[in-house]
Amino acid sequence: MLDTLNGLFIAAVLAGTPLLLGALGEILTEKSGNLNLGVEGMMFMGAITGLAGSYYYEQGVINAGGSPSGVLSAGIALLTSFIAGGLGALIYSFLTITLRANQNVTGLTLTIFGTGFGNFFGEYIGQKAGGYVAVTETTKKAFSGLNIPVLFDIPVVGPLFFQYNWLVYFAIIAAIVMAWFFNRTRVGLNLRAVGEDPATADAAGINITRYKYLATVIGGGICGIGGMYMSMVTTSGVWVHNCVSGYGWLAVALVIFATWSPARGMLVALIFGGLTIMRMYVNIPGLPAQIYDMFPYIATILVLVITSMRQSKEHAQPKSCGLNYFREER
Amino acid sequence: MSEAAGYAVKMHHVTKKFGKVAANNDVNLELKTGEILALLGENGSGKTTLMNMLSGIYFPDHGEIYVKGKAVTIRSPKDAFALGIGMIHQHFKLVEVLSAAENIVLGLDGKVTVNRKEINKKVAELAQRYGFEMDPAKKVYNMSVSEKQTVEILKVLYKGADILILDEPTAVLTPQETERLFAVLRNMKEDGKSIIIITHKLNEVLAISDRVAILRKGEYIGAVDTDKTDQAQLTEMMVGRPISLEIERPEVKRGEKRLQVIDLTCLNGDGVKALDNVSFEAYGGEILGIAGIAGSGQKELCETIAGLYPSIGGSVLYSGEHEGIPVQERILGLKPDEIVRKGISMAFVPEDRLGMGLVAGMDMTDNVMLRSYKSNKGLFVDRKTPREQAERLIDELEIVTPGVDTPVGRLSGGNVQKVLLGREIACQPSVLIVAYPVRGLDINSSYRIYDLMNEQKKKGVAVLFIGEDLDVLMQLSDRIMVMCGGKVSGIVDPREVTKEDIGLMMIHAGESSSDSEKEGVTA
Repeated sequence: MLDTLNGLFIAAVLAGTPLLLGALGEILTEKSGNLNLGVEGMMFMGAITGLAGSYYYEQGVINAGGSPSGVLSAGIALLTSFIAGGLGALIYSFLTITLRANQNVTGLTLTIFGTGFGNFFGEYIGQKAGGYVAVTETTKKAFSGLNIPVLFDIPVVGPLFFQYNWLVYFAIIAAIVMAWFFNRTRVGLNLRAVGEDPATADAAGINITRYKYLATVIGGGICGIGGMYMSMVTTSGVWVHNCVSGYGWLAVALVIFATWSPARGMLVALIFGGLTIMRMYVNIPGLPAQIYDMFPYIATILVLVITSMRQSKEHAQPKSCGLNYFREER
Repeated sequence: MSEAAGYAVKMHHVTKKFGKVAANNDVNLELKTGEILALLGENGSGKTTLMNMLSGIYFPDHGEIYVKGKAVTIRSPKDAFALGIGMIHQHFKLVEVLSAAENIVLGLDGKVTVNRKEINKKVAELAQRYGFEMDPAKKVYNMSVSEKQTVEILKVLYKGADILILDEPTAVLTPQETERLFAVLRNMKEDGKSIIIITHKLNEVLAISDRVAILRKGEYIGAVDTDKTDQAQLTEMMVGRPISLEIERPEVKRGEKRLQVIDLTCLNGDGVKALDNVSFEAYGGEILGIAGIAGSGQKELCETIAGLYPSIGGSVLYSGEHEGIPVQERILGLKPDEIVRKGISMAFVPEDRLGMGLVAGMDMTDNVMLRSYKSNKGLFVDRKTPREQAERLIDELEIVTPGVDTPVGRLSGGNVQKVLLGREIACQPSVLIVAYPVRGLDINSSYRIYDLMNEQKKKGVAVLFIGEDLDVLMQLSDRIMVMCGGKVSGIVDPREVTKEDIGLMMIHAGESSSDSEKEGVTA
């Protein structure tokens, strides 16, 4: 029983990390007043470019007769996925901030675009590689569990907390840094003001356009890293068609569940992660697998119902979220 | 240069256009160091636009601005702060979920992290210096209006502003709060600050300012010393001609009782009584003015009668005619469409014209149709009749519009009001409720609206007129009901009382009310 629970916890952490990254990216974006529904698309873009970055780096080194470095390969995957997610968000930013297009429509478009982008290039690179695209053992190893020395040997706690791949710790640190950023720093305070009430922030001399662009693009980059996790860790460096499918939307729901708090996001991501892999650990006889697959979405609906009923000013969506700002509007 | 140094701000030949409309045209304005200058003008005369250019919200199309003797370019609010200019906007620019102190330090340069203890202390010290009372850690959404205003003022003081611009600061304050604000402003003047206060209230201008600058329709008219002027001169400068602000009050024989309201009580969102035992009667052929400080229950009163706001007690009786048959009905609690179906002809012109009255994105025909389409039989609506009616309205009321197919949202405030009032009057109501019908309108449109109301009165309609300008209310109304905090403080004959009497009734739900209330109930 305890083993099952431990196993479930570990699996939940692994499954929850891409959700956490996606949610963190979206929290940062929404704090600037942009509701970017393109999380799924940006995750797809990050997934394929991260994989492609590692793959082409390895192929290049191998063709030149050298042996690829795992750390460098992981670093390239991180960078390319961040850039790809950021580029997706840049398209969104340009459309909504500069051209003032409708945020919902633009976000949905980005999702459709990103999904197509990921699957197309996934298949394309696979075809060229002779069937499917996969990274070598070196890179796979770089994305496997770290089993942190000394700490891992602590009984019970060690295996529960110190055996994950580096992206898990990256996501946790990102969440903590983001929480600190929103609550303690001047720039974080300004960003919250931009998302709550851009006219006020503008009058206070804050450059709205710059804050919105930066938050949205960096947020998109973080979503991209979340996507890269799917292709490098969840599917072990092999491109699987539609590998991100649905996770981007769960991340958006998670933002609401976490009430726009990165710290709470960690806990919530763990719960959602657990729900997505529950069928492998908690077996209820006679319950079809498809029902298990529905759990996270049912939870999302419940969360939406509960959060809509609760009226809180502070743990709520930034007030201007979804609305574009235009200074001289009268 | 030496001559210029005595001036905190000089604006020369400043022009700003929005589209084809010039909000400011070749305006000159001078603010001396250490004075309080009142910027006076009607709604839409460009006062706020002019000040927004000084505070960096807008950028002028033409003209020069000198601050403390130097020519400057103010491209953003940040530039304005750097020059020591701080503006307190009419609509508060505060982030609701942040605390007072957080709002104050917003956008300022400083260390990477925010030390809340330190800023709270600094803000508290500053507040004490000028005699404000406030808790720096309080969240803005928990604050009252005057507390929010305090935060706004502290915000600009904290940034070290020595030129302060206040945009209609008293519009939302009670008389006591206004007095306190003026005391603080005088303190600041002693402290060497230069202050511009935007207003259209003449008595306040005379009470607080050293000089008055007047704008009219975006043009600069002139400036006068406050102690060498009076209300009459200021009005003339503000309006452009020596107008007798006399409004006609045709003598009409009072008709039948149309509406009787008995002990009407309702709650607002916070569970406080918004209306408290309100009783009155409205007769055909008279205009019943309703006076009171904004938020004394006027809005709730209109909406409750119109069937849009829930009540917890009382009664509203209507009596009139429907196709020649007398109709008597209790209408409290009925929905608007039920009221119409019962044959009650009542029209309501709400204060929020484009929110509640008309659909901004639809053209005149469709807006006119909104009132009548339900009487159409069959599957399809008749568009021809409303279109003709819309065209008739344009002719009769001299509505300035490219045509009936233009969305009403594109029309100016006065024309929007004419469309709305015209549509309601076209229904031939026997009770007409109008809330703040001239808000935001220029003098000419306002007088047209007054005429329309008088025409209805002559036709024997019972007109309920909720107004904010006491002078207008006293000249137009046959009786005035004064409200205070949701209660009726009295129903008076404007020919027999003074403005001061009514002013007093607006702030005290005093004893004078008892007589008239009795009258209302027994009659």
